[in-house]
Amino acid sequence: MSFKAVLFALFTTLLLASQSALAGLVAVPAFSAHVVDLTQTLSVSEQAALAAKLSNYQQTKGSQIAVLLVPTTQPEAIEQYAIRVVDEWQLGREYIDDGILILIAKADRKMRIEVGYGLEGAVTDLYAKRIISETMTPQFKQGDFAAGIDAAINQLMGLIDGETLPAPTTQHVNADQLQGMMPLLLFGGLISGMMLRGLFGTFFGSALNGGLVGTVVFFIGLSLLGAGVLAVIAFFFTMMMGSRNINGYSGYPIGGTFGGGLAGGGFSGGMGGGFGGGGASGSW
Amino acid sequence: MKNQLLKYLFILSMLSLTGCGYNQFQSLDEEAKASWAEVLNQYQRRADLVPNLVSTVKGYAAHEKEVFTEVTKARASVGSIQMTPELLNDPAAMAKFQAAQGQMTSALSRLMLVAENYPNLKADQGFRDLQAQLEGTENRVTVARNRFIQAIKDYNVVVRSFPTNLTAMAMGYQTKPSFTVDNEAAISAPPNVAF
Repeated sequence: MSFKAVLFALFTTLLLASQSALAGLVAVPAFSAHVVDLTQTLSVSEQAALAAKLSNYQQTKGSQIAVLLVPTTQPEAIEQYAIRVVDEWQLGREYIDDGILILIAKADRKMRIEVGYGLEGAVTDLYAKRIISETMTPQFKQGDFAAGIDAAINQLMGLIDGETLPAPTTQHVNADQLQGMMPLLLFGGLISGMMLRGLFGTFFGSALNGGLVGTVVFFIGLSLLGAGVLAVIAFFFTMMMGSRNINGYSGYPIGGTFGGGLAGGGFSGGMGGGFGGGGASGSW
Repeated sequence: MKNQLLKYLFILSMLSLTGCGYNQFQSLDEEAKASWAEVLNQYQRRADLVPNLVSTVKGYAAHEKEVFTEVTKARASVGSIQMTPELLNDPAAMAKFQAAQGQMTSALSRLMLVAENYPNLKADQGFRDLQAQLEGTENRVTVARNRFIQAIKDYNVVVRSFPTNLTAMAMGYQTKPSFTVDNEAAISAPPNVAF
């Protein structure tokens, strides 16, 4: 380990430490499953059943509902903590914003349903409040958390079902990230294309450049198929580059054409949904 | 040959635009505008709730005239300020806007406090629905304000730090006013309750 690396590690540790120590706020846990229970309230089988239900719903309807149980949100109000959690978890699909968080602070005896932008019409503050006061509160008072959460989820699903949302897709590429990389990719591809063509001739240079672009994109996180498509595009583009009848470059002819994805059955995490503080809170 | 030259010029111009922060200013400026629009949107939503809320409370507590006139006055002064995105670049108008909204916040919280004294009102389903909506809206206002403050901070940092401050000077970009602590104190002051 070089001196630089040590310095870097030290710096990051300091940064992280100072961040978590910031005013002693409760840390947001990692979004590792549809149901995250930090209070050991739900049994393993209850947790599994709820998570299975929610992930099944996400696959059929597309909307992402998650449950988080924490001991406390102090010193923050539950609303402030909830918005921090959803900002980090990014529940719901990007630009559809169809995520919902059910947050329960057990020792505070408070709960909140945080509704994503896209569902504010289906799950209004009113409905959220009613689900809390008429469904969750009575069950929670009896200590039956699993049943209360389950019933709340059922009602939320019923409300969301009434809303026309785009069908779920299997595409999970983080489009935002990719878009951020685009200019870099474009110039990198252009420059490497020019160099490789100069070194290896038109055909081999282009082929190499295609392969290079594909590999880079693949490591950035696009699927094999998407990377392949990009590689082929880069290949043809490099081939055509500099042929006399093309004047000016309009960039790689790509954008919004990435098929495939990293789908698979597993848990995929948040998908970039946005929240604006909609929903309701309650206590029991 | 000419193509080649044009291409290099293009790349060079893109790089220099990115390097001096010009593009960064544009995107942060839009970000600030968008979050400001969201703040206005949520305040508007709150103002729209007021007539229903007042008439519901009136149904049970008609003699609490003082609090009604206060809310109505606050709503009128909020309504008299044009809620346009241009407010963002005018510190004086911004301060006025904040003062009016702060008055509205305290008037509304006093109204809700008065409502606490009427059990029949508290049991009224219509009132409870309005209460849930008001709570939700207040929370949205808070979230929108926080995001706005963050967006303004990001913008102002770029305006003031080197080397992008040179670009700001050249282009005449100035720091934007945010929600200030002075107004914050007025807004968050608890209402006086006399028994």
